[in-house]
Amino acid sequence: MTNPLLWRRRDAAALLAGLAVSPAFAQFRVEVTGVGLTQLPIAIAPFRSETAPPQKLAAIIQADLERSGQFRPVEPNGANLDETSRPDLTPWRQKGTDSLVVGSVNRLADGRWDVRFRLWDVVKGQDLGGQSYAVTAGDLRLAAHRMSDFIYEKLTGDKGVFSTRIAYVTKAGNRYNLWVADSDGENAQSALASTEPIISPAWSANGAQLAYVSFESRKPVVYVHDVASGKRRLIANFKGSNSAPAWSPDGRTLAVTLSREGGSQLYTIDANGGEPRRLTQSSGIDTEPAYSSDGRYIYFVSDRGGAPQIYRMPPSGGNPERVTFTGNYNISPAISPDGRWLAYISRINGQFKLQVMELSSGTVSSVTDTIADESPSFAPNSRLIVYATRQNAREALMTTTLDGKIKARLAGQGGDIREPDWGPFQK
Amino acid sequence: MIKNSFVAVAVALAMAGCSSVKLDDVPVENKTPTGVTQPPGGGTQSRVEPVVTDAVDGTKEGPQNVARLIYFDFDSYVIKPEFQPLIEAHARFLKANPGRRIAIEGHTDERGGREYNLALGQRRSEAVRRALGLLGVPDNQLEAVSFGKEKPIATGGDEASFAKNRRAEIVYR
Repeated sequence: MTNPLLWRRRDAAALLAGLAVSPAFAQFRVEVTGVGLTQLPIAIAPFRSETAPPQKLAAIIQADLERSGQFRPVEPNGANLDETSRPDLTPWRQKGTDSLVVGSVNRLADGRWDVRFRLWDVVKGQDLGGQSYAVTAGDLRLAAHRMSDFIYEKLTGDKGVFSTRIAYVTKAGNRYNLWVADSDGENAQSALASTEPIISPAWSANGAQLAYVSFESRKPVVYVHDVASGKRRLIANFKGSNSAPAWSPDGRTLAVTLSREGGSQLYTIDANGGEPRRLTQSSGIDTEPAYSSDGRYIYFVSDRGGAPQIYRMPPSGGNPERVTFTGNYNISPAISPDGRWLAYISRINGQFKLQVMELSSGTVSSVTDTIADESPSFAPNSRLIVYATRQNAREALMTTTLDGKIKARLAGQGGDIREPDWGPFQK
Repeated sequence: MIKNSFVAVAVALAMAGCSSVKLDDVPVENKTPTGVTQPPGGGTQSRVEPVVTDAVDGTKEGPQNVARLIYFDFDSYVIKPEFQPLIEAHARFLKANPGRRIAIEGHTDERGGREYNLALGQRRSEAVRRALGLLGVPDNQLEAVSFGKEKPIATGGDEASFAKNRRAEIVYR
C-alpha cells in the first residue's frame, strides 16, 4: 500500500473519474458576481456509487453552497469515502478545508434511492451529524437540496432555502409557461402552458398552491392552482380585469386587484371563492397588494398622491400610511418573512432599480447595477431576493443578498424568463 | 518540481485513502422526509402535474371599414380628438346591434412593472368605455379589460414602437 507507483495509478484513475463528472458541474451555471467577506471552505467528496443514479448529488450540493456566496469549494481530489468512514482529517486540514461532506447513494429493492451523508468539522475533528433519505429518482435533487440545507444550517446557523421552490414564467414565441423549479432554477416542471400571457404567480403559505393571473380567456383572470394535482379553480373572474393575487399568511384569504366597479381597486376574496370585499376607495390606481408575514398590514401601490408610491393599511382596509417618499415611481412591494425589509422597484432617471428598505429606519439602498429590474420576492429565510431583470438584452432571473454583494443568475428555460416568486419552507 | 508535487499529492491521497476506516457503528440519523403530503402511490414529492389551456377565439366581425385601434400619448389616457369619429362609428354599430358586445383591451408600452402597467392599460380601456357610454351605448354591451404591457404590437425599444403599443383595441365578441 505504500508503493507510490500504485498510488499514482489510482490517482490518475481518480482524475479521469473527476473529468467524467465535470459535465454535471457545467449544467449549474453558478455565476456568483460578488464575494462575501468570509467564505467557509468546504470539500464535498463524490458520493459512493454516485455514478449510478441520474443525479450527481455532490455536484448539486456544491453548487447550492457556492451560490449562497458563503462557501468556497475545496477539491476533494479522488477521495474514496462515505458516511460510514471515519476519515483521517489531517490531509483535509492540509488542503485548507474547514468541513468535509461524505456520503453514498444506493438503489433500493423497490427502485427508490437510499441517500446518506455525514458532515465533518475538519478543524475540530468532529462528526456534525448526517441524514438519510429514501427517495424516488425524481426526488434525488430534492434530497440533495435537503442535505445542502442541513449543511448550511449547521455551519452558518441560518436555515437553508435550497429545498424550497421558485415559480416563474417563460415566453418563447407565443408560448407561455408557468414553471415550478428548484431554488437553483433547475428541474423546472411546467405547471401551466398557454398561448396567452401568464403573470404574477404567488405561492400559498403551505407551498402547495399557486395563485396567478392568466389571460387565456383574453382577459386577466385569477386562478388558484394545486401544482401536484394540476387541479385549478377560478378565484376572480369578474367583469373587467382581475389581477395581482396575494395570499394572506394564514392562507384563507386572497387580496386582488379588480376593476369591476371601474378603476383598479383592492379587494379581498375567500381562498375558496365567494363575493369580494372592497378594501380601498380611491379614484386612482390601487394595486399590487402584499401581506406582511405577521398579517398586520397589506402593502400596496397607489397613485392617489399623483404618482405611484407604496402605502400600507390594515388587512381589513382603513387609513393608508405612505411608506416610500423618494422618487415618483415606486412599485412591486415585497416584505421579508422576518418583517424587517421591504423590497420594491423604483424608477430612477428612467431606470428600474431594485431597492431594499430597512423598515425600522426607513434607510433605502439600491442593490443592483441592472436597469430593468422587476418583481422582487424574498427567500423564506429573508436572506436572499429573487428578481427579474435584463442582462445582455435578455430577460434573466437573479438572486441577490440584501446588501447586493452576492448575486447569482438562476438557470432557466430558453426564451424570456420573468415573474419569479419564491415559495415557502417545505416540510 | 511538477513531478515532485505530483508525488506529494499522490502521497497525501494515499494517506487519505489508507486511513479511512469503515465504522459501521457510526449512527446516521434517519431523516426520511416525513410530514409531507406524498402523492398517492408513493410517488415523487416534487412532481408537478402539467396543465395545457386552449385559447379562446379572437375577434368577430364588427362594423365594416372602421378601425379598431385608438392610440394614446405617453402616460396619458385622454382620447385624442382624431379618434372621436372612430368611437362614434362603433357606438352607432353597437346601438343598432344591441345583441353585440365588445371588449375594449387597454395596452401600454414596455416600460415599468407588469401589474402597474395592467392598471394603466385599464385606465385607457375605461376611457374608451366611458366615451362609448356617453354616446348612449348600454354598459352591458361593453367590457373594459387590460393586457398591460403583455401584448405589444411593436417589439422595438424605441419611442416609435412605444407609441404603437400605447393603445386600446376594440374586439367584437
